Amino acid sequence: MNKIPNRQVICETLLSLAKEDRDIMVLASDSRGSAAMAPFAAAYPEQFVEVGIAEQNIVGISAGLAHSGKKPFVTSPACFLSMRSIEQIKVDVAYSGTNVKLIGISGGVSYGALGMSHHSVQDIAVARAIPGLMVLLPADRHETKKMTEALVQHNGGAYVRIGRTAVEDVYSSDDYPFEIGKAVTLREGSDITLIGAGETVRIILDAAELLQQAGVKARVLNMHTIKPLDEEAIIAAARETGGIITVEEHSVFGGLGAAVAEVVVQNQPVPMKVLGIPDEPAIAGKTAEVFEHYGLTPGNINKIALELINK
Amino acid sequence: MEIQDLKIKAAQIRQDLLTIIHRAKTGHTGGSLSNTDILTALYYEIMNIDVANPKWEERDRFVASKGHSVESLWCILADRGFFPKEELKTYSQFGTRLIGHPNNKVPGIEMNTGALGHGLPISVGMALAAKRDGRSYRVFCLMGDGEQAEGSNWEAAMAGAHYKLDNLVGIIDRNGLQISGTTEEVMGLEPLEEKWAAFGWNVISIDGNSMEELVQTFRNVPEIEGKPTLVLANTIKGKGVSFAEGVPGWHHHVPNDEELERGLTELQQKIDELSGEGQVK
Repeated sequence: MNKIPNRQVICETLLSLAKEDRDIMVLASDSRGSAAMAPFAAAYPEQFVEVGIAEQNIVGISAGLAHSGKKPFVTSPACFLSMRSIEQIKVDVAYSGTNVKLIGISGGVSYGALGMSHHSVQDIAVARAIPGLMVLLPADRHETKKMTEALVQHNGGAYVRIGRTAVEDVYSSDDYPFEIGKAVTLREGSDITLIGAGETVRIILDAAELLQQAGVKARVLNMHTIKPLDEEAIIAAARETGGIITVEEHSVFGGLGAAVAEVVVQNQPVPMKVLGIPDEPAIAGKTAEVFEHYGLTPGNINKIALELINK
Repeated sequence: MEIQDLKIKAAQIRQDLLTIIHRAKTGHTGGSLSNTDILTALYYEIMNIDVANPKWEERDRFVASKGHSVESLWCILADRGFFPKEELKTYSQFGTRLIGHPNNKVPGIEMNTGALGHGLPISVGMALAAKRDGRSYRVFCLMGDGEQAEGSNWEAAMAGAHYKLDNLVGIIDRNGLQISGTTEEVMGLEPLEEKWAAFGWNVISIDGNSMEELVQTFRNVPEIEGKPTLVLANTIKGKGVSFAEGVPGWHHHVPNDEELERGLTELQQKIDELSGEGQVK
């Protein structure tokens, strides 16, 4: 059982890179604890900036730092970072072409019991609509490490969403090729394709296992980069497997499913199911309970896949 | 430059900005006229910049937070040689780089602005980077007074004082007017000086259309080590064109042919006076 949350992995990765690269900076909005960035703040005070509870300001300051050659990583709760400061992200980061990495922590329904104000299930839709802004969700600790390393190398704006607690591993190690914008095929299959991003990847892998027991070979795609989207992998999946189910910890409006559907319907129309958070007031509860409530579970995905195939 | 020459330059810039706004039939005339003296002082006398090398690392930075009043800035950047003056004719035309707000595709523009309340947080980041890197450049950020209603300014004001950014200079173009009327009618700002002082800034209140006071003030910044400076530049909206001065409607009124002619003539008289040619009449 993995005990290391992705936010801690980001901190450890940046800690190891910051020694050599003094331009790496971490900013927090009274969130160094919740972002697991306290060790970074302690180790590199000159590369750390506390902004206080001010999400507009944290993005503006980061853009100013990036303008001066710094590589700022903004670590702030996804619900606030992605929406309260979205105009700063549009103008100061994307429009101005600054090299700012926005790390939305505790995204999705990580803060399950705290209610709608703290759920971040519109962030992908909002971030995806901003020209030039990359949108990424790492699936597990190994991918988080590789993604963080890739983001340090990349010059440009990006929004990354991670959850709060440790998630089960998807990869057995970080010894695999990771490329921004390139989906990872975790299971080959020809009967149907399951596509997830971030913390739903583990769930669709488990669903694929159930389908295997029913004699169905499901292809599993980890769409860790939602923008730029790996259209090639989606079109191939539609063509070769004839049906697609997307599973996301996000509103069904404008997220992973919508992004995939846009590609499918314009290139290789096939039956699709988009599983996510429906358009209704948020339900409070533990993350697993919320997932269960909306059917974002291996069992339900298995059931829907069988229905889709038998149509 | 001598103060007299700076005043002449400001009048010429006002002529240029009226001309480009008239030609494009769009623009923010009132605010551009009110901030012309501030920008002239900065770009011709105060800021350490290299026109041949706009990205020179040690340059002073300027961020136009009140991005809509960009016409005076376009005219100044062209006059200083950041891009050909001929290009001013494309202002606000389809496909131009010289749009109605600062655009960092144009040499001399640091950051894209336009949405209000963004400039000061960005400037805090720039000034903080200078401190962390041990560089000596200063960051000047021009804000509007109506813009003070945006809460993000006050987030940045807190951060500027918290990080003791004495290399940061906020300037408020305090012309007292915004689209819907006076700032005090729309959303009262006073006592503005005390508010900035309470946020930990060194506040200097001056006549923002006095070249002498502007140059003197900017030269002496920072006055207090460890404190950012706020220059409350009291200006007149529409300054330099008598019939536009203090008239809210000139916020984005475009001069018609007759108004352009009258405005250019008034400014020419000012230039002649300053050059010593007008006194014979």
